[in-house]
Amino acid sequence: MMETKKDWASRLSPGVNAIAPSGIRKFFDIAAQMDDVISLGVGEPDFVTPWPIRESCVYGLEQGYTSYTANRGLPELRQEICNHYQKNYDVTYDAATDVLVTVGVSEALDIAMRAILAPGDEVLIPEPCYVSYQACTTLAGGVPVAVPAKIENEFRITPAELEEHVTERTKVLLIGYPNNPTGAIMTRKDLLAIADFAEKHDLIVISDEIYGDLTYGDEEHVCFSSLPGMQERTILLNGFSKAYAMTGWRIGYALANPTLTAAMTKIHQYTMLCAPITAQIAAVEALRHGEKYMKKMVAEYDRRRRLIYDGLTKMGLECFEPKGAFYIFPNISSTGYTSNEFAEELLKAEHVALVPGSAFGACGEGHVRCSYATSIDKISEALNRIENFLKNHKK
Amino acid sequence: MRELLELLEHDARRPVGELASMLNRSEYEVEKNIKDLEKNKIILSYNTLINWEKFGDDTVTAMIEINLTPQREVGFDAIAERIYRFDEVRTVYLMSGSFDLMVIIEGKSLKEVANFVAKRLSTIEGVTQTRSHFMLKPYKKDGTIIDDEERDRRLVVSP
Repeated sequence: MMETKKDWASRLSPGVNAIAPSGIRKFFDIAAQMDDVISLGVGEPDFVTPWPIRESCVYGLEQGYTSYTANRGLPELRQEICNHYQKNYDVTYDAATDVLVTVGVSEALDIAMRAILAPGDEVLIPEPCYVSYQACTTLAGGVPVAVPAKIENEFRITPAELEEHVTERTKVLLIGYPNNPTGAIMTRKDLLAIADFAEKHDLIVISDEIYGDLTYGDEEHVCFSSLPGMQERTILLNGFSKAYAMTGWRIGYALANPTLTAAMTKIHQYTMLCAPITAQIAAVEALRHGEKYMKKMVAEYDRRRRLIYDGLTKMGLECFEPKGAFYIFPNISSTGYTSNEFAEELLKAEHVALVPGSAFGACGEGHVRCSYATSIDKISEALNRIENFLKNHKK
Repeated sequence: MRELLELLEHDARRPVGELASMLNRSEYEVEKNIKDLEKNKIILSYNTLINWEKFGDDTVTAMIEINLTPQREVGFDAIAERIYRFDEVRTVYLMSGSFDLMVIIEGKSLKEVANFVAKRLSTIEGVTQTRSHFMLKPYKKDGTIIDDEERDRRLVVSP
């Protein structure tokens, strides 16, 4: 490491200093020493992007599609996105004014926050939640306000819980269902209550629906902007990473009213210019012809979900049966370990990697996140190892 | 039932307990389903896809296109039966197009396969012509890529 003579840390922006470093770094370093690690710690599909989608990108390169695109994204991609929402959720978006193609949902979330937050504006964030919600809020000058969700309520959030945290500075409600890390979903009834709450306090709702295609069982995903009166106040975020196994392509989008979309586009055009054309071409193919591959992957996740839920439950760990995404969030507090200790000891003793629940907000303490985006064989073996660990390690 | 069949087609050695969990059925039910499928000849056999070349065997595979004169009453079926009863014959399909039967043969050597075609197949009454194609390298068989080097390239932990 380079010796630093000056106090560089004091020169960093307050926003950066306010953000806690990632809690999962440590596990990388331990796992790097082992060659037989089974990882349930990965937040992305184990599938490779379906071949026709990859092939369309290769073809695009052969044809010389290597230039910038319009700031908002390729017109045909924006149109396909609108068609998708019309067909699946009966929501009408205008490809010319309501769509912005971004470099993954991560960018969309960042610019949404920067487009709407003034210093000190508060953002209600139900927890446990994806790790960048708080950080993006803080970096944009906002104040993240955690609203803990409870396992007794299947990790869904209620207006009553939100009401407890509303102040006059509350400007935004940021929700992410199906949820990473809990696998929770919100039913239409649950969301209608949230819609009333948003209306009552005149909030902008940012709805991260990146796992929207990955739901299991009878409850189908409900798109927040499809609820009566909600489209105008919703910034809907989605992308291709999870449903089409395209995480590394970095391609997502934001859907919002023309004013908000124009504001986000302003930031996007000066910072990102446009999303990579290669990924945009692949995304068009995903929306046009990718559905059958997506359905096949969802069916496979569903089988793994049942296997891992059965396995963990039989070991005596309290679990909420996940209804979406590809995570399960068992309660490990009966072992006497904190989430962090559990994850570290399990990795050292049995070479199984997972993520401590506390990484997803304070109320995630006592839980760990297991991803079932890995093969059945590996899940089975990981379950054996966890069972073994539980037998030998009671604090 | 389709889902069970697809799982077994992909991996017939999967434990019944796992299948039961994945399909949300009891083990008893899954076992009974499998028995029924076997009884009704929907499941015909459980095979293993082996890379014999890697094991060290130098087997020879040939695809033989055969033209036939169809016979009254039975069409191609009787001749097809005479052909598929040979152990050397692994696969027989009735085809549309410029030939009638596609026969896949495995043998220990080029000579053995050539002998089989010349002495056994082409001498069958009704066989008017054979064309042999020897397989040089298999890339994919029954849905399995032979030298699949796709590995997990993901980071061990990610949010």
